[in-house]
Amino acid sequence: MPLDIEMLNFLDSPNFVSLAALEVGQHFYWHIGSLKVHGQVFLATWFVMSVLIVASLLATRNIQQIPKGMQNLMEYAMDFIRELTRNQIGEKEYRPWVPFIGTLFLFIFVCNWSGALIPWKLIHLPEGELAAPTNDINTTVALSLLVSIAYFYAGFKKKGLGYFAKYVQPTPILLPIAVLEDFTKPLSLSFRLFGNILADELVVGVLVLLVPLFVPLPVMLLGLFTSAIQALVFATLAGAYIHEALEGHGDEHEEEHA
Amino acid sequence: MDVSSASVIAAALAIGLASLGPGIGQGNASASAVEGIARQPEAEGKIRGTLLLTLAFMESLTIYGLVIALVLLFANPFVK
Repeated sequence: MPLDIEMLNFLDSPNFVSLAALEVGQHFYWHIGSLKVHGQVFLATWFVMSVLIVASLLATRNIQQIPKGMQNLMEYAMDFIRELTRNQIGEKEYRPWVPFIGTLFLFIFVCNWSGALIPWKLIHLPEGELAAPTNDINTTVALSLLVSIAYFYAGFKKKGLGYFAKYVQPTPILLPIAVLEDFTKPLSLSFRLFGNILADELVVGVLVLLVPLFVPLPVMLLGLFTSAIQALVFATLAGAYIHEALEGHGDEHEEEHA
Repeated sequence: MDVSSASVIAAALAIGLASLGPGIGQGNASASAVEGIARQPEAEGKIRGTLLLTLAFMESLTIYGLVIALVLLFANPFVK
């Protein structure tokens, strides 16, 4: 790919500090059997997982009646997630979905912020570079396929095979669109998250390349903000899709009357 | 025009055109939100929350264009 190499050479050229190097499409490959996996994503994901696990352990190790420190923070996060899930799925059925939505939200949130806050670039890999795990399309596709599985599970569990009725419910003419929607949902979920996080990193990278000091700071703050919003959007949409699968067209009337 | 220069132009068009619609949409949404806050200042918190969420959705349309542009620039399937 001549284009690819030209671009990277331009960004890597010695006139600029090495901080400005952006390595899109270059990966630190690990070979597991016949599979090639992106090692840098694994390393960053393990880091995010350990942060979340340590935070949860710290918060629950010594539970007090009046929360302090870590416990306080995690209770706040818990309240926030419960509220979000209740707003999307509704009072009656939200409870079993809190852990799923909460895991998605916290994982994506910590992934996004780790990419912005932790100076990954100081750690050199033989190839590729460490960054937020969510700036790799594979991570976001995996997450959004989990959402797809979750809403199918929710629908089947509640209605059995009657779940398929929703595809032909108002009129069978819309069947192709309803089927297509099952594909566009994970597609848009994954592209949205991936694109936003990669765009943040690119914008910051380009600005750092142009003006290395101070000027990129506001954009970095904006990046932190968008990353948080994207985690929220992902969790909200996951909740909305699950709600849609649980509700169906017929039930909505009853719900309103009840 | 060879494939790589066509790809560069296509990438510019992808991100440029993809930002047109959402730009108008975000402007409309923000204008309505400001109007809503002016009419009903006590609802500011709720309006702001909803506005941010909707803005993120509109933003994602531009991001789709950006993803296409990035694919054309960095992982072009047509350039070997």
